[in-house]
Amino acid sequence: MNAVNSARPSGFRQLMGMALLLTALFTLESARAETPAVNTAQYISWTRKTVSTSPGTPRGYVEYQNSCAVCHGPMPERPGTRALAAKYRGALPAMLEDRRDLQPAFIRAMVRGGVSLMPPFRKTEVSDEQLDAIVAYLTRPRN
Amino acid sequence: MRTPPGLSPTVFATARREFESVVGAQWVFTKDEDTILYRDAYSPYLGEPEERWASAAVAPASTEEVQQIVRIANRHGVPLYPISNGRNLGYGGSAPTYSGCVVLDLKRMNRILEVNEENAYALVEPGVSYFDLYRYIQEKKLKLWVDCPDPGWGSVVGNALDRGSGYTFPYLRNHFDAHCGMEVVLANGELIRTGMGALPAAQTWQQYKSGYGPWIDGMFSQSNFGVVTKMGFWLMPQPEAYRCGRVLVRRRDDLHELIRLMTLLENSGITNGYPDSSSPLLGIGSIGAQARFLAVDEPIPADDPELQRLRDRAEAGDPSGLEAYGQKHGLAYWTFDLKFYGPAKVIAAQWEHAREVLSAIPGAWFEDQDEYHFPLAEEPKDHARYPEFGIPSLNNFSLGARSSTNPTPSHGHMWLAPIIPRTAEAIFEANRVFAEVARKFGLPQLRFSLPAWYWQRSAIFIFGFPVSEDPAQNKRHREAFFHVIEVAAQHGWAEYRTAPAFQDAVAKQFSFNNHSLLRFHETVKDAVDPNGILSPGRYGIWPKHLRKQP
Repeated sequence: MNAVNSARPSGFRQLMGMALLLTALFTLESARAETPAVNTAQYISWTRKTVSTSPGTPRGYVEYQNSCAVCHGPMPERPGTRALAAKYRGALPAMLEDRRDLQPAFIRAMVRGGVSLMPPFRKTEVSDEQLDAIVAYLTRPRN
Repeated sequence: MRTPPGLSPTVFATARREFESVVGAQWVFTKDEDTILYRDAYSPYLGEPEERWASAAVAPASTEEVQQIVRIANRHGVPLYPISNGRNLGYGGSAPTYSGCVVLDLKRMNRILEVNEENAYALVEPGVSYFDLYRYIQEKKLKLWVDCPDPGWGSVVGNALDRGSGYTFPYLRNHFDAHCGMEVVLANGELIRTGMGALPAAQTWQQYKSGYGPWIDGMFSQSNFGVVTKMGFWLMPQPEAYRCGRVLVRRRDDLHELIRLMTLLENSGITNGYPDSSSPLLGIGSIGAQARFLAVDEPIPADDPELQRLRDRAEAGDPSGLEAYGQKHGLAYWTFDLKFYGPAKVIAAQWEHAREVLSAIPGAWFEDQDEYHFPLAEEPKDHARYPEFGIPSLNNFSLGARSSTNPTPSHGHMWLAPIIPRTAEAIFEANRVFAEVARKFGLPQLRFSLPAWYWQRSAIFIFGFPVSEDPAQNKRHREAFFHVIEVAAQHGWAEYRTAPAFQDAVAKQFSFNNHSLLRFHETVKDAVDPNGILSPGRYGIWPKHLRKQP
């Protein structure tokens, strides 16, 4: 951890100057001690893009991560996940990957037609083949 | 299938076959189910006869293919409309300005040709998104950042050509200013390289912008004079640390000195990140602050009714009651968040200096906000602020998307974005003027507002007008939009960028000396694209055969 969150009370400008100096010295030390190597996979995962996949990973999973998860990812702050949470209020999962009721025709209609703020996706962005893989992934048999 | 206006179906069929021979049949889209994908999802004319439509789309994979397509289009008089990622939502998306164009979809040209860490630049094709470039940089473990706009799925080239903006250093926030060197296919199919790129043995194409002689790069942004197929960009070296410090002031009139000093600090290089303003007493933030608020999806706390009465009084010209309320409750009238990138020691000193300078405002106080060191150890908590850390995202689509506080989301939005001077006078005056329009048209979104601070030397108001599935509401919003364009121009303010539906209206305002600037654009258009095949009407520039007399 090297992010420092501080909300100091106002005033006491001189004291604050000293505190800042101390903070700077401290963070410099802690940065030296704790700075991790650039965590490539982690950094990329913040955009919800897939970094590497083990053999046997379904293609639809990869396509979903790369084309859909940036909005429909597993975090409540993602606009797509958040919008569906507000829409279904718990009646259906907000995460598309957790849904079991999705029909292929419905998925295709959403991707090619758009809904609300989500625009349609052109075939140069998501080809029919990629869309087939996404459909297969979202409608995969589950126990 | 539709045919471009003025073209016979037979000629169009011939042109399509020739396009297919260049790119392959699978990359020429003519079926309605395919061309409809090129609709502007946020069109202000959504579902109305005036909505712009594409007759077809063709997607080349290389500069050579672009040259061949342009030559074919020229031969047959087929109007083309180049797009890069087509994600310029709110400013036209992937739909042409002139209905019937064949969209020249450059998405497949997605190569990152070079990223140079030592000199911090990249050379990319139009189909490269901010996500793509970010990912490439991370995979190569380069210590570089990309200055990203709010949505990361857009094209780096396309955003710069439409003169979009971002969130880091002032000289990188203006994405067009941050470019260095272009390759352009002209309407006759000829290829040019600008700046140092015109040297056959160029060594500094991405290191020296202006080359030799007239610097023409600007002519290919917000225009229709060529198809940009490569573009260089300056990147940001990964800083050691980031710090945000807030200055808070008590009185309404403190805004004058606050903006003057904030601007001085920025122009002096003391602050070097995106400044952000808000008014706790008025309950408003800039668009960035609003997005941040919405991104956490918490119910908006109900305001004290007394506070609302005092706000109305302040807006009517007497802020004393509101100021006293602020004094009592410890609420600032205005705040500015100052951002610093650099070595932790250095930016701590810069923040200290900024506090000294801003202490000239009586009663000003300061709060340390967050501080980060890079590379980050964990994902930033503030989801609206990824771009400030060089991370592309789509999180700010939360602004407008369905949420617990916004149960009936819009279908899209159009941005009204006039540039105004960086002064408190201009902010108060613009708010007065926009409030009048709001009253006239019943538009709550034109309430008192603070501008955004993307551009180093000016301020920019950004009002989002929702696009809905209700044509009557869209019509009302368009009328208001057209009206604001005129009213703003009467005060010397104009849009920095606008959707195709409004491009003629804005271009008309730049009328100095009987529209001599627009007439110059038209002279250029006639010279470089005599058949008028490239993006007719884009940014108000029409080819001769479609030109209306002003």
